Amino acid sequence: MSSPLSSSASPTAAVGRGAPRSHGYWRRNQRRFAPLIFVGPGALMFLIYVVIPIFRSMSISLYHWDGMGAMKWAGLGNYAELWSDPAFVVSLKNNVLWLVLYMLAVPAGLFIAIFLNQTVRGIRIYKSLFFFPFVISQVVVGLIFTWFYAPDFGLLFKLTKMLTGHGVAILADENYATYGIIFAGLWPQIAYCMILYLTGLNNVAPDQVEAARLDGAKGWRMLWYVILPQLRPATFIAVVVTVIGALRSFDLVSIMTQGGPYGATRVLSYYMFEQALSEYGYRMGYGAAIAVVLFAIMMIFISGFIWKMYRDETER
Amino acid sequence: MFPRPIQQRSPAARIAYQIALPVALIVWLLPLLGVAMTSLKPASDLAKGNYFGLPSHLAFVNYVDVFRNSPIAQYIWNSFRVTIPTMIGAVALSCMTGFALAIYKFRFNLLVFFIFVAGNFVPFQILMVPVRDLTVQLGLYNTIEGLALFHIAFQTGFCTLFMRNFIKALPNELIEAARVEGVSEIQIFWYVVLPLMRPAIAALSVLVFTFIWNDYFWAMVLTTGAGTQPITAGLYSLNGQWVAQWQLVSAGSIIAALPPVLMFFLMQRHFIAGLTLGAVK
Amino acid sequence: MVQLKRSVLGALAISTITSLAAHAGTLVINTDTSDPAPKKAFQTLINDFEKANPDIKVTWNVFDHEGYKTAIRNFLSADAPDLVNWYAGNRMAPFVKAGQFLDVSDVWKQNGLDKTLASAMPSMTIDGKQWGIPYTYYQWGIYYNKDVYKKYGVSVPKTWDEFLAGCAKFKAAGVDCTTTGTKALWPSAGWFDYLDLRTNGYQFHMDLTAGKVKWTDPRVKKVFDNWAQLIKPGYVTKNAAALDWQDAAPLLVQGKAATYLMGNFAVATFKQGGMKESSLGFFPFPTIDPKVARAEEAPTDTMHIPAKAKNVAEAKKFLAFLASAPEQTKINDILGQLPVNNQSTVGNDPFLQEGFKMLSSAHGLAQFFDRDAPAQMAKVGMEGFQEFMAHPERVDAILKRLEAARERIYH
Repeated sequence: MSSPLSSSASPTAAVGRGAPRSHGYWRRNQRRFAPLIFVGPGALMFLIYVVIPIFRSMSISLYHWDGMGAMKWAGLGNYAELWSDPAFVVSLKNNVLWLVLYMLAVPAGLFIAIFLNQTVRGIRIYKSLFFFPFVISQVVVGLIFTWFYAPDFGLLFKLTKMLTGHGVAILADENYATYGIIFAGLWPQIAYCMILYLTGLNNVAPDQVEAARLDGAKGWRMLWYVILPQLRPATFIAVVVTVIGALRSFDLVSIMTQGGPYGATRVLSYYMFEQALSEYGYRMGYGAAIAVVLFAIMMIFISGFIWKMYRDETER
Repeated sequence: MFPRPIQQRSPAARIAYQIALPVALIVWLLPLLGVAMTSLKPASDLAKGNYFGLPSHLAFVNYVDVFRNSPIAQYIWNSFRVTIPTMIGAVALSCMTGFALAIYKFRFNLLVFFIFVAGNFVPFQILMVPVRDLTVQLGLYNTIEGLALFHIAFQTGFCTLFMRNFIKALPNELIEAARVEGVSEIQIFWYVVLPLMRPAIAALSVLVFTFIWNDYFWAMVLTTGAGTQPITAGLYSLNGQWVAQWQLVSAGSIIAALPPVLMFFLMQRHFIAGLTLGAVK
Repeated sequence: MVQLKRSVLGALAISTITSLAAHAGTLVINTDTSDPAPKKAFQTLINDFEKANPDIKVTWNVFDHEGYKTAIRNFLSADAPDLVNWYAGNRMAPFVKAGQFLDVSDVWKQNGLDKTLASAMPSMTIDGKQWGIPYTYYQWGIYYNKDVYKKYGVSVPKTWDEFLAGCAKFKAAGVDCTTTGTKALWPSAGWFDYLDLRTNGYQFHMDLTAGKVKWTDPRVKKVFDNWAQLIKPGYVTKNAAALDWQDAAPLLVQGKAATYLMGNFAVATFKQGGMKESSLGFFPFPTIDPKVARAEEAPTDTMHIPAKAKNVAEAKKFLAFLASAPEQTKINDILGQLPVNNQSTVGNDPFLQEGFKMLSSAHGLAQFFDRDAPAQMAKVGMEGFQEFMAHPERVDAILKRLEAARERIYH
């Protein structure tokens, strides 16, 4: 496709073919109603499936409910129970671990982007292939790494056995399992950050780089003082998607360990699902309370994002 | 350009770089290569403990087995049946919402916009119980339609963010000129703005396709059974049946990954344009 | 605009067809029998029923085994079929208490099932009424590799001490005395159930799963002490927590492990792996305290009529048919399991025969931990068992956690 402008027919020519011009009330008021007409369908769907359910969940979290029988008022009982629930505490801790370690994706993505930001033959293919893990579903990523970590025959098990004499079954060990899953999650996330930075590097102002070079800046100093400030929009998006990704981590936990061994790899998103919907669950109210806590944590970051957007919008 | 182009460095550095590239790539894709290789190993290799060597012969029969002995074809078909309507629905809705939010100044414009944006980031779990309930009540539990309807609604959030910013960047004079000529608002949308949005529509379609194809959570919440489940959830349940048969799990994984990968390679430019929206000023 | 509108509406207004209207003489059955043998058994059962009742047309929906456990909650309340399969014991209690299953005591009375299905009657009874029909059950016990036993000169144990003595020999030879894969949690409960049944007996185990005994009770602690005798010396396969039960099966097949505590359904897996009846053996779980009467695990699978079923008369006909002796003989032959009806004949398979003998002479039959205990307790409990198998030294912390859960769940 060529540039967006050249691809459109001339607006006036198009209108000439259009419907006969309408008159009267609609014509005079169309600019008042048009927003409603255009926003309406999308907003309604979003309201029904996203906005209202958020409030519904908050209200459900105040009840005991098995999803079948009558709802029983619980007040803040579900929330009170959370704090004495060891599984909840473990989940919360793991979420923090995810948040912190997942952030490694940002510098790692930057590093790979810098590595790949050259113009040698075939570099485009390399960039695509490095980006590859992000396109694959997390279910597949989870299966790939489960295989990689498998006890007895997994590649990693063999490797550690060769080096230390006894193999480590990452996913069976409560001390390593969460790290193993986060590592698997980093794989696609680094690819995502890399592509953001590659685009950012493409748009770094060459004259500023050259000027800095003449001033003798290079290496780390160049990166820190000249390049990174120009990459701020990319860094911002990378941080946002990484935070959201870390808190949404559900697929990998579900595929790789189902929260085990003995609950050591649970995160809030998985624990909520377990409590509300799994075979042994059906505590909808308690699940909703977990979801509300997760939502509250997420809201900190969402508010920050919206606030920045608001500033950008009103500055224009 | 940063870093300094490799062509300006010493020949040694250039050679080192040319070697480092493929080595880094192989390390990076090692887990994937392992799985690809496993998917081509005959079962007897695995039984003998040949997990990492080359296959004794290329067993394409694994792929045949996967199709013959499991409903994977049905799962993939279900995935398409969810993904394509969602792609069309979400993009269509967001063309409209994006247009309205970018062009018109009305009260609550920013508020509505921010609700779309914020909603797009909420954890799925806060929606899970009510959305599942709603779907059951509509009689759409365990149907393709029920899953697609939710996806359309949810993706509208992200798509609106994208479309609105895209339209906002279009030259406003075009619209003003059309208005001066007395073109109606609906015609402006249809004849003036929509044709300019083609690149955005392409980018979003590819992205939504990938997101929905790879969705696992909602597939687990809103569907059950091979008649309706998409490939991600299907792969999970097949994984339960194929315990210890890694050649099948691997082949199934590769099959499941193929459509979005093809989409990515065919539409790479649009895909990356969509993903990196906002990464540059 | 018109075009756009159409496409938007098209996407939005995907209509809500589905759901068959209920005509007289139809019957909708939902089951989770997606594995080959159960699927074939139900196909046979339904064909036979249709042959016997040509006026009734059966619609049969097969769900995947795991998905079914979630799906059943939805279709019971939203779009109820006429029959569903499920499990006996406490596993059906939530549905009975929520009024989702129909009382089928009349089917029991009219067909004299209190006699023919007597052994399973208690596990089908809540508040003095029967809520479904049991059609199959199977034994649990220890499957062992005969070649390995012969090779290291170990004889089949009768008592726990003999079993442990054998373990020591296997350990010295570098063979896992017993193997398991507890990733899905429930295999660990097989161990707990049996150790409790052998240490404290049937009644105590039932009281414990019913929430009447504290988990911090010294008698419970005794069970874990016995269990530790197996775990602490390293007689159980390492990393079991990362394995599914099928992942561990090759260890028994290849002789890297000597025994496997499992349900009889595992025989198919062992045979698939290459074991013959000459190398695969079975023995009942050894005696720990000779004063404790022998009880066994025998999970029972059942069928029920949802309270909102549309064709109740036909469904009851089907249940009566399912309860009959010839039909139970036939489907259990295909399933490779035991018929509940005491007039049925048990298949020729040696494992079935052995299991049948063992169960018929048992003092009591437990359903299995996740069927006897309520779902939430089952989950917390089995997670504790899994943790104990990896870290036996944490027993006190685990029991304290289970006790806290008991107080919350049963109140």
